[in-house]
Amino acid sequence: MANLKELNKRKELLTGGHRMCAGCASPIIIRQMGLSQEVPLVVGSATGCLEVSTTPNPFTAWNSSFVHCAFENSAATVSGVEAAYRSLKRRGKVKDELRFVALGGDGGTYDIGLQSLSGMLERGPRILYLCYNNEAYMNTGVQRSGATPMGTQTTTAPVGKESIGKKQFPKDLTAIAVAHRIPFAAQASPSHWNDLITKSQKALSVDGPAFMNVLSPCPLGWGYSSEKTIEIAKLAVDTCFWPLFEVENGATWKLSYKPAAKKPITDYLKAQVRFRHLLRPENTAVVEAIQKRVDDDWAALCKRCGVEG
Amino acid sequence: MSKKLLALTGNDAAAYAMKQINPDVVAAYPITPQTSLMEKFAQFVADGEINTEVVLVESEHSAMSACVGASCAGARVMTATSSQGLALMWEIVYIASSYRLPIVMPLVNRALSGPINIHCDHGDAMGIRDSGWIQLWAENAQEVYDNLLQAIRIAENSDVLLPVVVNYDGFIISHAIENMYIYDAEEVKKFVGEYKPKYTLLDPKKPTTFGGFDLPDYYFEHRRQMAAAMSGSAKVIADVGKEFSKICGREYKFTEGYKLEDAEIVIVALGSTVGTARAVVDELREKGVKAGILKIRVFRPFPEEEIAGLLKDRKAVAVLDRADALNAVGGPLFDEVRGALYKKSNAPVVNYIYGLGGRDMGLAEINKVYGDLAEIAKSGRVANLVTYLGVRD
Repeated sequence: MANLKELNKRKELLTGGHRMCAGCASPIIIRQMGLSQEVPLVVGSATGCLEVSTTPNPFTAWNSSFVHCAFENSAATVSGVEAAYRSLKRRGKVKDELRFVALGGDGGTYDIGLQSLSGMLERGPRILYLCYNNEAYMNTGVQRSGATPMGTQTTTAPVGKESIGKKQFPKDLTAIAVAHRIPFAAQASPSHWNDLITKSQKALSVDGPAFMNVLSPCPLGWGYSSEKTIEIAKLAVDTCFWPLFEVENGATWKLSYKPAAKKPITDYLKAQVRFRHLLRPENTAVVEAIQKRVDDDWAALCKRCGVEG
Repeated sequence: MSKKLLALTGNDAAAYAMKQINPDVVAAYPITPQTSLMEKFAQFVADGEINTEVVLVESEHSAMSACVGASCAGARVMTATSSQGLALMWEIVYIASSYRLPIVMPLVNRALSGPINIHCDHGDAMGIRDSGWIQLWAENAQEVYDNLLQAIRIAENSDVLLPVVVNYDGFIISHAIENMYIYDAEEVKKFVGEYKPKYTLLDPKKPTTFGGFDLPDYYFEHRRQMAAAMSGSAKVIADVGKEFSKICGREYKFTEGYKLEDAEIVIVALGSTVGTARAVVDELREKGVKAGILKIRVFRPFPEEEIAGLLKDRKAVAVLDRADALNAVGGPLFDEVRGALYKKSNAPVVNYIYGLGGRDMGLAEINKVYGDLAEIAKSGRVANLVTYLGVRD
């Protein structure tokens, strides 16, 4: 468990004055993750909002060392950094104790960077891969990704006379990571900061790869006003649309949070412009399908975690 | 200088060079005909002869990405590939040079798909000719080894800081066994020295950002600096060649002539074909034909003035390209050699595209080229500017 008083004394990973949008969850997530550590971090990121906004040459918002290479290779790039660290430490050229974090948005993780991520998880270096998941290609203007929820309005899967937005459900990337039987995998949300920080601590303490999939609400792409980010993230958790859990060694599933009363998915949908069209009467069946998927997934997760749903 | 004569393939020679360099990190992915190089190197590591950190990635894209990460972390880094592997890593090849990372990569030249083919041509290397990588070319296994040792010193020089690719012909060099010299390990270690990076990701007291986002106010300056580094690398390549001559007993330069001094008809080529052409030149010389060869060892930076100086007074010149630019003009080496001669020479220059996908380039083919050149020299007329040599029409 993280202690606020202690966390207050720690150094922030990002400076103020980075150029992320007001209300964007991803710098909040990165700062929460960074506060979990006293050991210095070396961070790598895929191309995306976070990368372009925090490193416009000649400025950087990173207090740690930071590397960006390309879009689909955050995991491979940081694998190289970590390999260099082990080699140079063995050869007596590096003395400091360091930890390594690879970042990517959902596009850089679920889609174009999946192979690189899978390779890293299979090889087993001691790296935390954290996906800040805003459920679409936000940096290029809200195009659909493999993480975009079914029924979402996006610019490449728009709502129209013949379309409800994105037709498919997203892939279950956390389960894909778990299937690599890595020491630690988890889902987290910035609304549950203590849980996120505690999971980051665990993820960076295991001797091997760790994966965290963190929901990252995006005011611009999701369509809500910027002060509501944490509220929206909390609604995703309380509707069980984004459950919080962790899995050790691909086998031990643990539910991190169970809402006292599971809220209906419509509470979540109606709070965001990207889902607004679903509330029209002709789309009732779509909403029912989404609710059913949430219910089924939640029941399956509770069963895996040995918790009553 | 102590050296040992061994019978090695080109890939073995590269593996020996890598063993003696003992890089901090190697990240690689298997592809024909590079495979036996990485297998041999992996065995050196498995046997504990060296303790390089080897990252066996899931693709060449990740291989070059891991190299970029490791190099930003201050490590001496190598990889090796061929053809499709290079094509897959292409995006990151450009990033490596723009981050000014001194990565060294043997490239075992193989034709690009399609159609898929595993044999030698130079299409892969020509695909990265504008990427900001220095390009060295080897004629045989000895030069593979020698070029690799020099490549480390060239790349890591603080006036250069550009990656270097060492090209050698797939199968023809990579898999043929030749007698060659391996130098004393201690001597090589002293020659390659230690890499001392100016910036690294691994110093928490001096956090550094690599790979920031350039808007129009910085990108052009960064690219301009790369161009300056490429131009400036010429002096370093020459200096390293001189210094290396103390170890190997010969001086590596940008180009190498064979019976060039008084030659009237000259072939310009890269790689193993030069070796075959030497035999043809010897035969022709016995017949009194003044034939010669200009071998290009350094293709990037392109030694334009040197080439112009060496070719300008010849009676006829043929540029051999083991790659086609498909530009409806001629091969890539031809274009650049012709450019080098512009306004400096009236010598007729023709182009032969040869050996694509591993098509044999034997004595007969090279004899035909010299025969054509003799005809051009005599008549002063060029019948065919570009000839596809040894292909069924």
